[in-house]
Amino acid sequence: MTTDYAPSIETTEGTVFNLSGGDWESLVTGVEGEQERIVVNMGPQHPSTHGVLRLILELDGETVVQVRPGIGYLHTGIEKNLEFRNWVQGVTFVTRMDYLSPFFNETVYCMGVEKLLGISDQVPERAKTLRILMMELNRISSHLVALATGGMELGALTAMTFGFRDRELILDIFEMVTGLRMNHAYVRPGGVSCDLPPGAVEKIRATVKHLRKSTQDNVNILVGNQIWLGRTKGVGYLDLQGCLALGVTGPVLRATGVPWDLRKTQPYLGYERYEFEVQTQDTCDAYGRFLIRLGEIAESLNLVDQALDFLEPGPVMIEDKSIAWPAQLALGADGLGNSQEHIAKIMSQSMEALIHHFKLVTEGFQVPRGQVYTAVESPRGELGAFVVSDDSTRPYRVHFRDPSFSNLQATPAVGEGGQIADLIAALASLDPVMGGVDR
Amino acid sequence: MGLEEKLPSGILLTTVEKLAGYSRKTSLWPATFGLACCAIEMMATGAGRFDLARFGMEVFRASPRQADLMIVAGRVSQKMAPVLRQIYDQMASPKWVLAMGVCASSGGMFNNYAIVQGVDHVVPVDMYLPGCPPRPEMLIDAILKLQEKIQNEKMGSAKREEIVLNEEFARKELPLLERKGLLA
Repeated sequence: MTTDYAPSIETTEGTVFNLSGGDWESLVTGVEGEQERIVVNMGPQHPSTHGVLRLILELDGETVVQVRPGIGYLHTGIEKNLEFRNWVQGVTFVTRMDYLSPFFNETVYCMGVEKLLGISDQVPERAKTLRILMMELNRISSHLVALATGGMELGALTAMTFGFRDRELILDIFEMVTGLRMNHAYVRPGGVSCDLPPGAVEKIRATVKHLRKSTQDNVNILVGNQIWLGRTKGVGYLDLQGCLALGVTGPVLRATGVPWDLRKTQPYLGYERYEFEVQTQDTCDAYGRFLIRLGEIAESLNLVDQALDFLEPGPVMIEDKSIAWPAQLALGADGLGNSQEHIAKIMSQSMEALIHHFKLVTEGFQVPRGQVYTAVESPRGELGAFVVSDDSTRPYRVHFRDPSFSNLQATPAVGEGGQIADLIAALASLDPVMGGVDR
Repeated sequence: MGLEEKLPSGILLTTVEKLAGYSRKTSLWPATFGLACCAIEMMATGAGRFDLARFGMEVFRASPRQADLMIVAGRVSQKMAPVLRQIYDQMASPKWVLAMGVCASSGGMFNNYAIVQGVDHVVPVDMYLPGCPPRPEMLIDAILKLQEKIQNEKMGSAKREEIVLNEEFARKELPLLERKGLLA
């Protein structure tokens, strides 16, 4: 027998090939004589892996020879759960995917459902502007957390304090508008759940004005700071070719000098009306990504102001009563959102209205058969939703292309060959959110 | 008693149990066990506006060996459950567990194949905190309630007796399926 095949033994029955375990010797022979390498497990419970990410490191001294990310520790089965709820209820699930950018998840999902329903152009202008307003505020809060946790991981605790301090101000706006600090379920197919409460515009304007000043604190403390430069400059290098090969988007891609931002390259919800600069750097490293996030915070503050200028009075939900929920929702003093007028109507005047309300809320509306992919530019990159309907009141399948997941596969590319400490900086600059990675 | 009157000024009397409880409750060191959305609110609680440091709690420890409170902040997946148990086992006694948010308390809205339906399936829980996610004020409230519990905890033989009593009570409890509640 030739040795090209797996090891074999001759028996009376003929040749028997032994296929299991035969590769061990060939694997070990190469390693012998080299320096000792150790395999270290980092995570899933580790303070600086951005959530429950597990990294299996092969180390040669302090140098990382190989990184293998282990994911799935936060797998929640959200996509499966969506298949058992109606289309509107789906919003409450998708908002919990990437919990730092809930409005983006909601918007991209709702844009998908609207596209399937063929009602994209019937969504009121005010609703679209409100979506952009909330998304841009959300981008700021998300980037602030990225800076805060990234700073904390590198020992810059003041950056964390500043980041969370400013984020609270944005959460105050979210709470005023949607009633919740996180996991809002504010964007619904056909529009948004409720209009801005009285005084919200003034509050947002005041907050934006304040944030313009207070976000400078992080700029002052970190930009050009020798320690920060030492930790981030030239660390986590990933060039354009690497980004394209790995499907990396967002600030990581823009740090290679490509002005790829879906808000500019394929505008949605009327982004073409807004004036803003796509932030780019050409350093391909963690410092460049940090500068891009700072730049995007400033740009988003301008976008929020522009969105407020574009706001015109009008409905925030689609006219079509077979999609829009019948109640006019408004945040009451008790935090509940039903309109007393509507309740009086369905309970004492119109039986048909009651039946319609009951059917729409319990069973939901039908969405025509088809599949659609929609994408928005989330703080981490291209967030896409692939929505499939089989002509029923529930999704057949909803899949999210989460930028955290795609960017996370760049971990070996940005981490291998560097020091362990640099791996943390590199990972923080990718800014993965495990809720989005594992879903 | 009369003893109190004979004491010089500046001396207070208490029981060993109460003194131990007092020192334990005022120096709780939580382990960082952030999982999902709740972890962000937990971090916000530690940050400027809510400032957990006011209650002697800000020392979030990265190592379970140095922590005595595990705040399970977020949804626990089936894959994470063994890890969670290991972290709990690595903590030194006395230790407490706070299930933050509905997912950690009962599985919450994720009643599916992936999520452990309440972290009490894996570790004993001392305090349940509902909310999705709970506000930082709610977390502070839960921690204060837990501190109250710790303050009144028993020691030594009294503690052993309490454990036996609890065990007996738990043994007499009907399984969930057989409980009739008000229908009995």
